[in-house]
Amino acid sequence: MTHLGYLLVGWGVSLGALGLYAVRVIQRGRQAAARVPANRRRWLASEDAS
Amino acid sequence: MTTPAISEAPVHTRSTTSRLLGVAVLVGLVALVVLGFFGAPEDDEQADAVRLIFVHVPSALLTYAAFSVTAVGSVMWLWKRSVWWDLVAHGSAELGVIFCGLTLFTGSVWGRPTWNTYWDWGDVRLVTTLILFLLMIGYLAVRSMGGDESAIATRSAIVALIAAVNLPIVNRSVEWWFDRTLHQKSSLTDGNLEDLTLFTLLLGVVVWSIFYVWAMIHRFRVGWLERELRVGDLDLAIEQRRAEAHAAGDGGDQ
Amino acid sequence: MWRDIVLVAGKDLRIESRSRVTFSQVVPFAGLVLVLFGFALDANRPVLERATSGLFWITVMFVTTLAVQRSTSIETTDGARRALLLAGIEPVAVFVGKAAAIAVQLLAVELVLVGGIVVLYGADIESFALVAATCLVATVGIAGAGTLLGALVAGVRARETVLPILLLPVLAPVLIGATRAFDDALGSVAVDGWAWLGMLAGFGAVNLVLGALTYGVLLEET
Repeated sequence: MTHLGYLLVGWGVSLGALGLYAVRVIQRGRQAAARVPANRRRWLASEDAS
Repeated sequence: MTTPAISEAPVHTRSTTSRLLGVAVLVGLVALVVLGFFGAPEDDEQADAVRLIFVHVPSALLTYAAFSVTAVGSVMWLWKRSVWWDLVAHGSAELGVIFCGLTLFTGSVWGRPTWNTYWDWGDVRLVTTLILFLLMIGYLAVRSMGGDESAIATRSAIVALIAAVNLPIVNRSVEWWFDRTLHQKSSLTDGNLEDLTLFTLLLGVVVWSIFYVWAMIHRFRVGWLERELRVGDLDLAIEQRRAEAHAAGDGGDQ
Repeated sequence: MWRDIVLVAGKDLRIESRSRVTFSQVVPFAGLVLVLFGFALDANRPVLERATSGLFWITVMFVTTLAVQRSTSIETTDGARRALLLAGIEPVAVFVGKAAAIAVQLLAVELVLVGGIVVLYGADIESFALVAATCLVATVGIAGAGTLLGALVAGVRARETVLPILLLPVLAPVLIGATRAFDDALGSVAVDGWAWLGMLAGFGAVNLVLGALTYGVLLEET
């Protein structure tokens, strides 16, 4: 395969950046969710739970 | 009895929908890598360097899609004062900056073997995308300035509008400046691509789009939670003060 | 309306002329930048002549960030923004007035800078009309975008660094267009400079309209 170095860098950085962002956003969610009172974390709770 | 439902409130930002989307992204990525590296044929002129198209073009399309969402969200904030749209605008801008950075990066990496240069000042799309990147870095900078919630939302919404309005002018001015481009005319539509290459490219766009939706779902919930933390803490503090004052006022009755 | 615009612009210009900052600091700063570019390019005449128009407008961009910051700080100190609103002046008039004041200051600096490039860089002005027209049209756009973004970052922390990040990319088309127009006026590159004035005018119009539409929201909410 020609240009293998360019290919690996281009694909690697792309998938790596998206993966890192995904991990980061999940982490941020967990940290924030742990600090918000349960009755305010309501995107899964039923209507009357709020 | 609503307390059981409350105690089961999640400590993460996941849901069934986001799970399914996440799995779809992972499966799609595997297929994309296999097809991109081994399925799609090499190009007559570019040889295997053409395989960068499968990450470059989806990133570029999603960059403009994400910033369009930010622009719409900004207008909706200014028009309807909708916190929902404000959070969407912010999250989409963050994703847009990442896609934009990837577009510029993969473009440079692709340009080196095919155009024999990492960067070309005469290329309209290149320079326009760079300016868009800088504008949206500014947008995120305004977002992080702190202060009153709705004031930040208004300031950043106007920044997004300024960026959206000025981007066509940037594009036009660069076009006149050198009046040439290294980019091929839209390779999606002119039928020069092999069937499997085209299919892989479309798959790339689909996978990137699903990732965008997945990330937006999570990012929206993160934004909502963090907003709850900023605003909620204040509300809580006010409530406590009120309760204290109340208790002090008619403490004899308690 | 017109009276209010003149009032606001006059107020800003009077404050500037009394503090003498424009002439004792901003103009010397602009001259200093020209001199430093000379050092950086090794006083190499051919390179300097070729780059003169670009250096001129880069210097104007630097001066713009200073002028906008000063113009904004007039309103943020002592709660002058509230006072302006209470005075019943239309936000549009405030916007146009402040933009006009910035434009007048920038034009004054540009006048000095034109002298600077003739003396220091040996620029040979072939078309005074084109130089004057370019300065006028470009400065209107710069002042419009600058005033809007200045109000946008007013009163927040780190505004000194956020303003250039926001303003300079927005001004990129002005830098390109005005530089090309100057290239023609100075005879350094064979392009049609007058054609670029249309682009500069479009930039000015778009940003003035956007500023007029959104300045009120900013003034009231932030």
